[in-house]
Order: sequence, then C-alpha cells, then structure tokens
Amino acid sequence: MSYHMLEVRELNFDYPDGYEAIKNISFTIRRGESVGIIGANGAGKSTLLMLLMGVLFPKNGQVLVDEVAVSKKTLPMIRQQMGMVFQDPDDQLFMTTVYDDVAFGPRNYLLSEQEVNQRVTKALELVGISHLKDRAPFRLSGGEKRAAAIASVLSMEPDILIMDEPTSALDPKSRRRLISLLNSFEHTKIITSHDLDTIVETCSRTIVIKAGEIVAEGKTVEILTNEELLDHCGLEMPLSLQNCSICGSEKDFFTEKTKYSTTNTYGIQTIERDCRVSLVEN
Amino acid sequence: MSNIKSSLYNLRVLDDLARKETSIHLVHPLTKLLTTVVFLTVVLSFGRYEIVGLLPFFFYPIVIITVAEIPLGPILKRVLLAMPFIIGIGIFNPVFDQQTMSAFGLIFSKGWVTFLSILIKSCVCVGASLLLIATTGMDSLAAALRMLKVPKIFVLQLLLTYRYIYVLIEEISHMMLAYSLRAPRQRGIHPRVWGSFVGQLILRTFDRAQRIYDSMALRNFNGEYHTGKIDKNCWKDMVYLFGWCLFFIIARTNNLPMLIGSFITKVVN
Ligand SMILES: Nc1ncnc2c1ncn2[C@@H]1O[C@H](COP(=O)(O)OP(=O)(O)OP(=O)(O)O)[C@@H](O)[C@H]1O
Ligand SMILES: [Mg+2]
Repeated sequence: MSYHMLEVRELNFDYPDGYEAIKNISFTIRRGESVGIIGANGAGKSTLLMLLMGVLFPKNGQVLVDEVAVSKKTLPMIRQQMGMVFQDPDDQLFMTTVYDDVAFGPRNYLLSEQEVNQRVTKALELVGISHLKDRAPFRLSGGEKRAAAIASVLSMEPDILIMDEPTSALDPKSRRRLISLLNSFEHTKIITSHDLDTIVETCSRTIVIKAGEIVAEGKTVEILTNEELLDHCGLEMPLSLQNCSICGSEKDFFTEKTKYSTTNTYGIQTIERDCRVSLVEN
Repeated sequence: MSNIKSSLYNLRVLDDLARKETSIHLVHPLTKLLTTVVFLTVVLSFGRYEIVGLLPFFFYPIVIITVAEIPLGPILKRVLLAMPFIIGIGIFNPVFDQQTMSAFGLIFSKGWVTFLSILIKSCVCVGASLLLIATTGMDSLAAALRMLKVPKIFVLQLLLTYRYIYVLIEEISHMMLAYSLRAPRQRGIHPRVWGSFVGQLILRTFDRAQRIYDSMALRNFNGEYHTGKIDKNCWKDMVYLFGWCLFFIIARTNNLPMLIGSFITKVVN
C-alpha cells in the first residue's frame, strides 16, 4: 500500500489525426482522495480518463497505479482496481438485460453465480434501479441507462472509481442519490463534470484543464470561487457558490461556517434558501 | 424512420422471447441445441422427391411454439425473410427436371416435387433454428456451443456479430432521424448524400463498436464469455432429448402419414 494511489507523469497524447489532445499533464492522487477534473467541452477530460484506464496509450509519459506503470502487460491487473463509467452509457450497456450487464464484470472475475447475484443486487440497490433488472438496457430512458452503467461498474467493487460526467441526464432526485452515494464511498474517486455543483459536493480537490493542459489545481472551494480563472476556462461558478440571486448578498465561504449551523463538508452554505424563506414570510 | 426503429425492436423480439420461463425455456441449452441438430440432420437426410414423409416434421416446431408460448407472427416473418434465397435455389428445378412421376394415382412433374421438397425442408429447418434462439437466447446458446468445445473464437465471433447488428441498426436509426428532422419534405434519403451517409455510418459503427469493446475490456473481459446461471443437465433434459430423437427416427424410418391414414381407414371400416 503506497501513499499515492495514482500518479500521472508528463502525459502527452495525440489522436491519430494529429490532434494534440493532452499536453504534458502531471498530477498525483492520494489514496481515498476524491478529485474533480473540470474544463470546457473539448478540453480533453474524457481523453485523460481513457489514458488513465489504459484504453488509450500516451505518446510519452506514464500513468502509475499503486506504483505500477500502466502498460499492455500490467493492464489486466490494473483494470481490476479501476472502474470507469463512460460518458455515454450506450457504450457500456450491451447485454440483453440490465441484470446481465451488471453481472458482466463479476462473472469475468469467475465468481460463483451466488456471489455474482449478491453483488448485482447490491449494486442495483445502491443506484436505486432494482425494479429495472429484467428490462433491456436499450429500452431505458437516458437517466436510467446512466444509473445502470454506474451499477455495472459498482458491481466490480473497484478501488478507484472514475466517472465521466456521472450526473448528466439524471433527474434531481437521482442526482442527489448519486452524490450521497459518491460521498459514502471510501474509494479513490476521479470525477469529471460540467455540473460544478456536483464537483463542489463530492470532490475536495479540483484540477482545471483547458485545451489539454492543466491550468489550475487546488482545493475545490478555492478553484470554484475564482471567477476569473473559471471564466478564462469557459466555465462558470457553481450556483451554490454564487452570490444570492434574490437578495444579492455576498457569500463569504470561510465565515459562513460560523454563521450557520447547517453547513456541508466544505463549509459552504446556500444562502438562497434562507432568502426564499424570508421572501415567503414577507 | 419509424420503420427502421421498429425493425430494431422487432429484431430484439427473439431476445425478449428467450427470457420467458416456460418448460421449454427451462430445458438445458445444450439439450435443445443437440435436439435441433438432430432434427436438422434427419430432415436434410430425406431424398429430393420426398414430401409426404416430411410432413410429420412440422409436429416439432408446432409443439415448441405451443408449449413455449411463442407467437407465430415473428417466427413466420423471419422464415419468410429466408424465402427469397430458398426460392432462388429451388426455382430452376421445374425447368431442368421435366420428368414425371406418379403417386396416389396422379401424375406429378418431378421438378415441382423437388422444388416443394426443398421449400418444406428449408421452412422447417429455418423455423426450428429460429425457435432454438427464441427459446434459448443467444448467450445461453453460446455457452452450449462452448460446452461442445467449439473454439471460443468462433463462438465469440457469433455473439459479437449478433450484437453488432444492433449497433449498426441503432446508428442507422439515429442518423436517419437526424436527417429526416432537417429534411422534412423528403421521402427517404437523397441520392446525393448516400455516399457520405454510408461513409459516416461505417465510421460511426466502427467507433461505437470500439468503445463497446473498450468498456468490455475495462470490465475484465478477456475473450471468454461468461453467461452464468446455467444449471447442470438433469434427467428431464435427457428425456427431452431422447424423446424427440425417438420421434425423429420413427418419423424417418416409417411413413407416418401413411400408417396413420391406413390406421384410420381400418378403424372406419
Ligand atoms: N477520436 C478522436 N479523434 C480525433 N480527435 C478527437 C477524438 N476524440 C476527441 N478528439 C478531440 O480531442 C479533444 C478532447 O476531447 P475530449 O473528448 O477529451 O473532450 P472532453 O473534455 O471530454 O469534452 P466534453 O466535456 O465535451 O466531454 C476535442 O477537441 C476533440 O475534438
Ligand atoms: Mg468528455
């Protein structure tokens, strides 16, 4: 057991058509840490995740998982530790029923059918789609597909959970469920999202990439309140961190904690709710 | 557009049917596979002028359809799909084979008899194979093939081709939808864009297939396809297999319609 779960060293990647999608990216992720990767469309987030998973191989540079370099040889071992939810759930679901799809990974581990069943049931329950288990994946709604795709990775019980835009296409309840689910995991997590509110709630550290390069890295709260930086990268401050849209009162993230009793993990409080309450009262 | 989407749904009908749980569905996949193979062999072993002897072999598909609660429509439709090929193979027989033969006191053209014989054989064979898929499912069938020690590369090929058809049709339906929404007055696709349409389609399905493969590999797929939940062969399966084999052999060696016919006339007299 090493301290660094994942280490990326000077990664470069070109697509076959010559497009330079990843330029000189390095970072490390500690065991149990959850890290958000944000950036505008086409910044290279999905490409970076593919490189981490060994789906794509870098032009130069290295990815180390638990101090083992990702290469064709070490891939089977490394993939046991990492689970990835694709951006497009259609790419992930290919069996004839949701159940079989979620069971695909565990069955490849050659677990007994009883164990497979336990894992599948648990994973389906976690994402709240037990009722869909006998349906054909291609007949589900977008959000249901996403939930099934997440379950199909959870059933493999990976150490590192990598998710590409997990909350897109989820309704507010499912999104909330997913966020609390993510927060309840002690896995190392890497999450990309445009939904910066999700990042605020799930990740303690954030890496910002723009055009294939890291432009900033640091505590989520600090990065996501840096309006200039976000604007420069084609992003916008998450709603929960913006000044109150009703009374315009400014939010002071670091004193907020003392002002309100109900704060989330990072000491951020949404003032809006209080304003709305006072509006209603008036 | 609606056509292609609905044909996608139709394609999956066999998968849906395979998920039922009738007594036929519960028979071990290997047993059903072997039964079907024996059925095909026996049917194909009939001579080219045989018609009456083939009739008892309709009994097998009819029993399966009834017991497994398979709707007749989708199966017949698929058998009809194979029809053009069958007719293509058999249609020249009446032209080349102008001899005549007599049976039941009537004169027949040998050419037409062989044609009819080919038609019947093909229909029951295609039907039986479809029923095998509809009562077993592609995944379990693949598992059965593996139990017969068919090399995994062939089984995988079969399975992935079966999946790839869906990917292809899904991509087509997405592209057709996108096209028709922006070309509302047009029927079909303008010949001018056929080239780019087909090119796009190939690239897109390749890409999609590649991503699906990636996601399989990420979930530890290494060429062996595990379908799980296949129980051991039990005595019921043996009874099923031997029961049908017995029937096939009796129907092959005896002229059942003739026997039944003479039996009935005897009773009536
Ligand atoms: N197969 C490919 N061939 C060539 N270029 C590609 C390919 N896939 C992606 N790109 C390019 O690489 C860049 C990064 O793509 P990537 O999918 O990583 O973006 P992303 O950050 O995930 O964007 P989004 O937020 O929209 O998902 C994009 O500019 C894209 O045009
Ligand atoms: Mg992406």
